[in-house]
Amino acid sequence: MTPLVQLARPRRAAGPMVACTINGQPVEVEQGTTILAAAKTIGVRVPTLCLLETLTPVNACRLCVVEVKGARVLAPACARAVEACMEIATDSPRVHLTRKLVLEMLASSVDLSAAPDLVALLDEYGARPGRFGPKAPAAPAGARHAAIAGHHEPPDVRYAATVAEPPTVDNELYVRDYAKCVLCYKCVEACGTDHQNTFAIAVAGRGFDAHISTELAVPLPDSACVYCGNCIAVCPTGALVGRREYDLRAEGNWHPEAQSATDTICPYCGVGCTLTLHVQDGEIVKATSPMDNTITMGNLCLKGRFGWRFVQSTEGR
Amino acid sequence: MDVKLLDAQASVEERVAVDLVLGAPRSPWEGGARGAHRDYHTASGGAEKRAERTMLLPALRALQEHVGWVSEGGLNYVCERLDVPPAEAWGVATFYALLATTPRPRRVVHVCDDIACRMKGATALVAACEQHHGAPVTHAPPGHAVALSSDQAAWCTSPCLGLCDQAPAALVTEAGPVVQERLLGRLAPRRLHALLEGGPLETDASAEPDMPQRGEAGLTLLARVGTVDPTSLAAYRGAGGYAALTRAVALGAAGVIAELVASRLAGRGGAAFPTGRKWEAVAKQPPGPRYVVCNADESEPGTFKDRVLLTHDPFAIVEAMTIAAFATGATRGFLYVRGEYPLAATRIGHAITQARAAGLLGANVGGHGFAFDIEVRRGAGAYICGEETALFESIAGRRGEPRNKPPFPVEHGLFGAPTVANNVETLANVLPILLQGGATYAQTGSGMSTGTRLWCLSGAVARPGVYEAPMTITLAELIARAGGVAGGRGIKAVLLGGAAAPFVGPDQLGMTLSFEGARAAGASLGSGVVMVFDETADLEDAVLRIAAFFRDESCGQCVPCRVGTVRQEEALHRLAKRAPIGSVADEHALLAEIGQAMKDGSICGLGQTAHAAVESAIAKFGLFAGRSA
Amino acid sequence: MFGAGGGTSSYREVEDADVVFLWGSNAREAHPIWFHHLLKGIRHHGTRLYVMDPRRTTSAQWADRWLGLRVGSDIALANAMAREIIHAGLAHRDFIARATEGFEAYAGAVESYTLEWAEPVTGIPADVIREAAHAFAKADRAMICWTLGITEHHNAVENVLALINLCLLCGHVGRWGSGANPLRGQNNVQGGGDMGAIPNKLPGFQDIELDFGARERFAKAWGTPISPKAGWNLTQMFHAMERGALSALYVIGENPAQSDADAHRIGDLLDGLEHLVVQEIFLTKTAQYADVVLPAAATWCEGDGTVTNSERRVQRVKAAVKPPAGARDELHIIADLARRLGRDWGTPTGESVWNEFRALAPHFAGGMSYARLEALGGIQWPCPDESHPGTTFLHGRLWEEPRGGKAAPFSVVHHDPPWEARDPQFPFLLTTGRRLESYNTGVQSSGYPSPLHRGETLDISPEDAAKLGIGDGDLVRVTSRRGSVEVPARIDRALRANLVFMTLHFPDDVATNLLTIDVADPRSGTAEFKACAVRVEPAFAPHPVGA
Repeated sequence: MTPLVQLARPRRAAGPMVACTINGQPVEVEQGTTILAAAKTIGVRVPTLCLLETLTPVNACRLCVVEVKGARVLAPACARAVEACMEIATDSPRVHLTRKLVLEMLASSVDLSAAPDLVALLDEYGARPGRFGPKAPAAPAGARHAAIAGHHEPPDVRYAATVAEPPTVDNELYVRDYAKCVLCYKCVEACGTDHQNTFAIAVAGRGFDAHISTELAVPLPDSACVYCGNCIAVCPTGALVGRREYDLRAEGNWHPEAQSATDTICPYCGVGCTLTLHVQDGEIVKATSPMDNTITMGNLCLKGRFGWRFVQSTEGR
Repeated sequence: MDVKLLDAQASVEERVAVDLVLGAPRSPWEGGARGAHRDYHTASGGAEKRAERTMLLPALRALQEHVGWVSEGGLNYVCERLDVPPAEAWGVATFYALLATTPRPRRVVHVCDDIACRMKGATALVAACEQHHGAPVTHAPPGHAVALSSDQAAWCTSPCLGLCDQAPAALVTEAGPVVQERLLGRLAPRRLHALLEGGPLETDASAEPDMPQRGEAGLTLLARVGTVDPTSLAAYRGAGGYAALTRAVALGAAGVIAELVASRLAGRGGAAFPTGRKWEAVAKQPPGPRYVVCNADESEPGTFKDRVLLTHDPFAIVEAMTIAAFATGATRGFLYVRGEYPLAATRIGHAITQARAAGLLGANVGGHGFAFDIEVRRGAGAYICGEETALFESIAGRRGEPRNKPPFPVEHGLFGAPTVANNVETLANVLPILLQGGATYAQTGSGMSTGTRLWCLSGAVARPGVYEAPMTITLAELIARAGGVAGGRGIKAVLLGGAAAPFVGPDQLGMTLSFEGARAAGASLGSGVVMVFDETADLEDAVLRIAAFFRDESCGQCVPCRVGTVRQEEALHRLAKRAPIGSVADEHALLAEIGQAMKDGSICGLGQTAHAAVESAIAKFGLFAGRSA
Repeated sequence: MFGAGGGTSSYREVEDADVVFLWGSNAREAHPIWFHHLLKGIRHHGTRLYVMDPRRTTSAQWADRWLGLRVGSDIALANAMAREIIHAGLAHRDFIARATEGFEAYAGAVESYTLEWAEPVTGIPADVIREAAHAFAKADRAMICWTLGITEHHNAVENVLALINLCLLCGHVGRWGSGANPLRGQNNVQGGGDMGAIPNKLPGFQDIELDFGARERFAKAWGTPISPKAGWNLTQMFHAMERGALSALYVIGENPAQSDADAHRIGDLLDGLEHLVVQEIFLTKTAQYADVVLPAAATWCEGDGTVTNSERRVQRVKAAVKPPAGARDELHIIADLARRLGRDWGTPTGESVWNEFRALAPHFAGGMSYARLEALGGIQWPCPDESHPGTTFLHGRLWEEPRGGKAAPFSVVHHDPPWEARDPQFPFLLTTGRRLESYNTGVQSSGYPSPLHRGETLDISPEDAAKLGIGDGDLVRVTSRRGSVEVPARIDRALRANLVFMTLHFPDDVATNLLTIDVADPRSGTAEFKACAVRVEPAFAPHPVGA
């Protein structure tokens, strides 16, 4: 029963193996493997922030940097491939210093209150964001959008500059609280070429004034947004949240530890997206999809993400 | 793509401006009217259409040039024409300092207040502007951007304009059907005032070659500058032009690369990578498209040599790019010139047109049986685009955000294809290498430091300008060649290599200006900047300006640079205002840690070097050590 | 296809296809997450996309080439492509010879479908048809995916066959990245078929008329003889009501009063039934006609069971919340009903029913235990035993040497335009479809707010709007031979002159199905929702501003 042609999925031939050492320990991995993945094979943990397995690495946060012997600067473990004979240190003093500074820079400029994992890292690295001075008060709404590339006011020596601004609440489905934004690019990638290809949001402005924005900072309902919420799904710091979660948080009634999560299948079209329903006190409060699901890669459309409300409708049921 | 546009409509003026660079719309789906049967039954898109995004920056620039700003309607029309999502186009438009997204008067004077100009009175010029003409146009409070009438002019500050030898400098842009852009030097407050009052525009200051060595014998790179008509292909050929291409064809691609390798030419943009090895690496890539990119985004403060070559010997750059294409198999080239060099852009564009008309670019270059052509791209005010991968992103119509390396451009460059990216001056060296032979060329200088270099002398020297000298010269000799320090004053410091390089003290003037000599002295040749500060100079002021420069020019992509440049500037201001957090020593320690994290953790050279000048200034000159208030 | 009641390929395959024909489908809005896979192909593999749709939809805007055919000219287009492929020597002769039958008749039948003939019939310029045909034929891997634009026609089955013919002609079937795939409109429309909710099939697509063994097996298991006679499809049921042959109806989770064509007629027929039972999660329009309403739990999140998606993947649904008071598990309702009718089925669970199905359709689902479905994240049928990984794509057998199983038949099909054509009295063609934020008759999707919800509109080309003197938001009256509705107009450049568009999403506000025509494909029972002739006139606003 020899088929005439290759029927099955074309598989990439396994590449040659390369050997390196990580923290002195020899490791052999397939060519093209990232340092991060290589470290994982021997149980070495490297912290990450802007990385997500379903998105193209942007290596913008620089939290995962490691020291490669002989290299002038540190290398991002999430994107740099292992090369033969590399001697890699994942927690050298240089590495530790840069990670500590990255954490201090983020914590001093961004509200990390909804990012417990990052806060834990601050402790682990002995980061003291207060070294840069007290956080500057929030900018009035719209001020950060209006900053012009290549121009800025001289620093106010009383404060450490921040990205603080009031939350943007302009639709029924989700809230954008950019005071919590670490500019990890995940939402832009999820809205853009990695998944949704809607491009409702992009990075605008430059330097410290760079921020996530719709065109001309128009409200979401005027933008190209299709409310798939795939940006919410990847946001690591709570800058993007569903409206229900935002409201419950505001009331002090958001209790992730008391929520159950049940996987089922979306009740709409025939694609068959897995929906993880998060239930608190008998109420569905959020829907997500598993990142490792081969159909969704963690993505949904707005019907899947928000369209479950009919089952808890008070009218007619 | 299912691009959702805004409701705003472009004005006729805006459509005309955009159509000037994109041509008329070819279908109703990109902004044209519909009526033909075909329009209702078929449309094309896909990969071909997405490739047109490389025209995004030119289209946005067209709006800026002709209308004076990028309006909602204008942006919308560009998006419709190029099938680019408005949010993405907005991200690109707001990335560049020279693109305005709020209404501006037609004439804007960009007054340089960078380090070289500050030594020549720029601070006073800015103060005069503020006093007589109000706040800068970049200072409009949010939501209060008032549409100014078109007969008014406005001003704003600018980072280094690359006219340091004629400091203080300004760039005047005047939008309209006929675009007026002038780089003006040696500005006095009265002239600036007249410009802001609508006075006539003078000749561009870069039209005259700023070249004190003019007419000297033995010049190689500057041989034609100021002596051969830069607008005439015939004159160029009469002066030996295109002999190098003929030689290259005779040598064959491999032969050209062999000569380059033998010459040991190292890149002149700052990174000093061996050019021959770069070309070789591209030539060896598997078959497929590849590109030649000339990096003319000369924006390092204190640098203006590439402008002189582009403006006064443009055919040489065209010829050298053609040779690079021949050697590496590229058929398409891009020359990316910084937006602040209008005359250089015009001259190089003219040279390309002439070369094309003469068959020296196109389907069969010079009858030699290979195809190559060059497109000019103008920057729009972003220092970061001088970083080669940021430059590729910019050409591709995206934000000029550098990529992580590796992969390097020789494998993964412009549009993801293998790319030769060379600085203007580097390319200029290719011609003498081929004409003399690589080995002969390498006899000038030694080690990696072969051939001659162009040096940009500015600041306190008596005769600022571009100088050609081999890399065997010492710093003291070079400064002497420029007439030494004006007024016979002593030297306090030299900024050698640019704002991304450390300061050099008066004790280091004996240093040989070779890559090896600089490295031994803990200095950097960078882009050939030699900016001299005399004993009266305010170095703290210069350091604060450098810190502000990096804060302004950081693309914002990676945390160490995006936040680090802010924290560095804040700490320096606290020290300058004698308001440290803790002790002065604490602040210095903090600065050192910030600097280390930027150097080690940033994606690209900008963040990696943003602390170099600060660090050296503190270490060498004991700056910001002041008493607490 | 060729006996199997499902699409041939997996979603993942579209990422590796060189050419995709998306035919009569606006998957960007109707199947957004499937479209993600297509986008990955476009972005990373260089997949060339051709979209065949009368409207330049959001899907069509992603296409390398949009083929804006006239409504109902699909067979004309497909046959013209086939003729071009044959004449250009691009047919896969080798595959045709060993894996198919009926090629000569097919080739003869398409011979008259020249490009010159097809251009005026389909509206598509001949060079564009040629280019698409060549791209499809020359591609190493190519796929045709379709939805209701193909099947909501009076000749739905022939439309599908025309597309399958193209796949056979070029050998684009039975391989990774090649195939023919209907994208299912509802989360369990495939599963319903799998489970035998088709008039002529027992569960597992076992033929009720032809498969004696299957009938015996079911008869034994169920303790009752199985009639070897196919039942009625929905359209046939309404015809039966019309002639009085059907007087009682039990409707589960379907809203025909609003979802079916010619709603006036459907309403009258439901009204005329002797007895109507409706099992529903809401009191739908159909439920309002009922004699008995059985309030049901929403199984997808309040119950337990399986659904099957468009890549034949059987997936588990599970209870995350409790149903509201009074609403009962659907299996319990059915078992209780059986008890009242004198049969004790005990207390069936999703799993026990599923296991019975596995036992009765072992070649189809024998290997799909609940434990495996859970562990593997669903399994693609067929999966005959517990060591079988499930089937990524179907019909690889056609490529085997010697060929496995029966040859795949070409089918001779001919262009047959929509039942209703435009005429002076009804000068517009109305076509219907879906929008991203809404779903079918809105029973589910009206339950959440979003900025995209904007209610029903009559989408009309700028040219027609200008001719009629109407602007965006102006109320218009749309009239067909069957009924008339008032609806705000929306000017849409995706449409060309004489073509207007509506959805079925807001039947309480605008009953689009009062307009649609109930001519159905005799084999599938699907009505021609995609084409009916209408008249459009400006209407006075019923409530003047300020009143």
